[in-house]
Amino acid sequence: MRETVRVSLTVNGSPRDLDVEPRRLLSDALRHDLRLTGTHVGCEHGVCGACTVLVDGTPMRSCLLFAVSLDGASVTTVEGCRAPDGGLGPVQQAFHECHALQCGFCTPGFVTTVTAYLAEHADPSAADAREAIAGNLCRCTGYQNIVAAVQRAAELSQGRPSGAADPASGASQ
Amino acid sequence: MTLFGERVPRVEDARLVTGEGRFLDDLGQDALEAAFVRSPHAHARIVDIDVTDALDVEGLVAIYTHEDLEGRAAEPLPLLIPHPTLTHGRTPYALAKDEVNHVGEAVVMVVAGDRYAAEDVCDRIRVDYHLLPPVVGIEASRGGGRLVHDDVPGNVAAVMVQETGDADAAVDAAPRSLELDLAIERSASTPLEGKGVVARWDADDRSLLVHTSTQTSTSVRQAIAAKLELPVDRVEVVTPDVGGGFGVKIVHPWPEEVLVPWAARRLGRPVKWTEDRREHFVSSAHERGQLHHVRVGYDDGGRLLGLSVRFWHDNGAYTPYGLIVPIITSTQLLGPYKVGAYRVEFTSLYTNTVMVTPYRGAGRPQGCFVMERVMDAIAADLHLDRTVVRERNFIQADEMPYDQGLVFQDGRPLIYDSGDFPATMARLKDLVGWDDFPAFRDRARAEGRRVGIGLACYVEGTGVGPYEGGHIRVETDGTVVVSTGLTSQGQGHQTMLAQIVADELGVPFERIRVTTGDTRRFKYAVGTFASRTAVMSGSAVALTARLVREKALGIAAQALEADPGDLEIVDGHVRVKGAGGGTVSQVDLGAVAVLANPLRYAFDEAAGRATQFAAPADPDVAPVGPGEAPGLEATGYYSPTRSTFANGMHAVVVETDPDTAEVRILRYCVVHDCGTIINPMVVEGQIHGGVAQGVGGALYERIEYDSDGQLLNASFMDFLMPYATEVPTVEIDHLVTPSPLNPLGVKGAGEAGVIPGSAAIAAAIEDAEGITLTRMPISPSELFHLRKERLVEPVETTEGHT
Repeated sequence: MRETVRVSLTVNGSPRDLDVEPRRLLSDALRHDLRLTGTHVGCEHGVCGACTVLVDGTPMRSCLLFAVSLDGASVTTVEGCRAPDGGLGPVQQAFHECHALQCGFCTPGFVTTVTAYLAEHADPSAADAREAIAGNLCRCTGYQNIVAAVQRAAELSQGRPSGAADPASGASQ
Repeated sequence: MTLFGERVPRVEDARLVTGEGRFLDDLGQDALEAAFVRSPHAHARIVDIDVTDALDVEGLVAIYTHEDLEGRAAEPLPLLIPHPTLTHGRTPYALAKDEVNHVGEAVVMVVAGDRYAAEDVCDRIRVDYHLLPPVVGIEASRGGGRLVHDDVPGNVAAVMVQETGDADAAVDAAPRSLELDLAIERSASTPLEGKGVVARWDADDRSLLVHTSTQTSTSVRQAIAAKLELPVDRVEVVTPDVGGGFGVKIVHPWPEEVLVPWAARRLGRPVKWTEDRREHFVSSAHERGQLHHVRVGYDDGGRLLGLSVRFWHDNGAYTPYGLIVPIITSTQLLGPYKVGAYRVEFTSLYTNTVMVTPYRGAGRPQGCFVMERVMDAIAADLHLDRTVVRERNFIQADEMPYDQGLVFQDGRPLIYDSGDFPATMARLKDLVGWDDFPAFRDRARAEGRRVGIGLACYVEGTGVGPYEGGHIRVETDGTVVVSTGLTSQGQGHQTMLAQIVADELGVPFERIRVTTGDTRRFKYAVGTFASRTAVMSGSAVALTARLVREKALGIAAQALEADPGDLEIVDGHVRVKGAGGGTVSQVDLGAVAVLANPLRYAFDEAAGRATQFAAPADPDVAPVGPGEAPGLEATGYYSPTRSTFANGMHAVVVETDPDTAEVRILRYCVVHDCGTIINPMVVEGQIHGGVAQGVGGALYERIEYDSDGQLLNASFMDFLMPYATEVPTVEIDHLVTPSPLNPLGVKGAGEAGVIPGSAAIAAAIEDAEGITLTRMPISPSELFHLRKERLVEPVETTEGHT
């Protein structure tokens, strides 16, 4: 039998115990052991950011972490970014409103990244928003509407009205 | 209110933003998993495969080599698009037989309990190779000194010529002429999700259910049935959510699309394969690499008299997708222009590299680069404004439809259906402020800055046939289920098609459910490529909705004792026109659906209304009349005689760093004519994404092989796709010239954004630097060296920058 190690962690608020091989990636443990398939794997070398999850609130690449290293940690995936009532969370809602996704494969990594960013930056400018997402690859959208969605998500998070974030007026270079 | 033309938010989003999407690797969680031993050599003979050390790996289920394959599965994969000039087409085996022709070619298939175990097994399999000399790059290939395939002389897969008039004579006789050598390097589609396949064999039913991340599920189905020698009705193929395609997933069947179902049947267990990033780089497909030699003749006003183009296309090791890419270059190169006499000859060459098949734009970015570089060269020669030279050569709006006299990629005449190129140019000049730019450039130079402006024009053949279809059924609860056979990779087809059906059928958008790419639902389709979905499936679904509407009106007319011509469908109810919403004068579509299916058995309450004793019936009339069918449903097809042609023009303002030669895009403007627009939000998204790939292709992305055929940058660390910080904000203006060829007037928008990127950015850099650019992409270090090589004085020397 392949040797496994018991890991206890909190995933989207629920305590979970896993018996994993020491080499098992967190991305695989989430996707295939816990069946939380919202976390996507685009490159498996930490460049694209599709697998980004929040570890104790900090965005991390789950394809570069071994699940065994997460004992005692609290992990939030895209599934955990919903609103408390089960509806779309503010970042998810903003991505929808601003057409900030096409195929949606990279989207979970953006949603988690932006969720963490907005927790510390309540009112980003377009330039700030662009910088905030500059570690994640998207092959479909050209990022313009994602920049708008970051700003729209900031509005939604604070209960501000729509308007400030217009997809057509993203950051000018 | 109609939804056609509205910015309707996408129905796809709710599942995708919450992690509830279903991509290929999300499926088959309990399936066995496959991994492959792939060739580490570009060109070699397989001497021996030794699996001894691998046999005791825990979790191993099976190891397969070519020797294990039987029947048609052991034969080469199909040549999908034959052409009479493709005299030496070659395709790979699903698993290499005797010889490998590029790094990454699959040699051994391993099936194990999970991917970790499968890769452990792969690591322990030893393949001995006898190395053969590799052929890498067009220059090496066209020399013909070394051969990729022993039986392909000169490495030439095909030579193809098209001409209108005597172009060389026209060039020779022209008052002025130029010759240019122009190159575009290799790139790749690089969707964020790679390929993947899950296959389930049902031994009781003797049938296969295959999920694959493809751009054509119907054709994969046919191919699997053929390869596995199964009746086609024993195979169904479903396309789940697909994480981007951009062309690479139109190729089929991939070796894995044959081998995974083959192994699932053989093992009697579900098998899955998910491509990893390195596999995608070395074993899927690339595009773009071409060298072009151009001779052009023109008059003193810059009007073209003759154009003669020879180009060499690097098709990689195999040609399963035929000559589509170079055919598109050779025809779409003409853009919006009348070029006089035209001759184009291309040679498609084998190399020991990954094969070449369409990547978004599919040969058009190369053709556009060639034509637009020619236009800029003529403008420079004649000291004319670059827009003026273009305007003097434009096909005029009143010349539409315009026959270019060539045969297009669909085998049909290259006839532009619509467009108003002078109007597009006028809008672009306004949008970017073309006439004000020289003053801006002067001001910038005075500040020691280098800025430049460039533009490029394209025409894109879209909506190619042969056909697509749609099926629409109204359920008895009023839900409208729509299906079309082609697939989706993020273009918002479920939303766009629902908009069309909502308008055509008069039902609420929320009641419509659209399925794409599922052969269980729709078996006849071609695929998603060539910006064709809105044209082909959009039109098919619209025509089908009209059939359903007609049927609904006929049935409702009997129920309401009215004339069908006096009825309308509003908000899911059939009613007498102008009669308002009284219950007597209207019937909902769900009830019409019940009546549309005369029943014997009342399996639910609604069904009771359609049973034989529910209402008096005319004893002399058959419940289902001649030529009628039960159910409120219809199937329809759309098949055009030829392609639509979208067009557009891009203008770019760049700034180059005087010291580092870094290129920064200050503005990116697009004027775009894709005919009528179904959902502007979706169309603009397509343009944004296309432009981002155009920027990537111009400044960052290139596939780099060394002379041994090793791919040097098979990772996202080294193949530089743009992040948000590299992509400009795109400013867009739409010009709408509806297509006369289809019922919606649409022309397709999927690929256009990428096409003029390299051409426009090269022109802008050239304008900023005063250095002629002849090959793209260009990196800062290349621009830096071009500055040195050409000994061009920095333009702002007066300001003291040295």
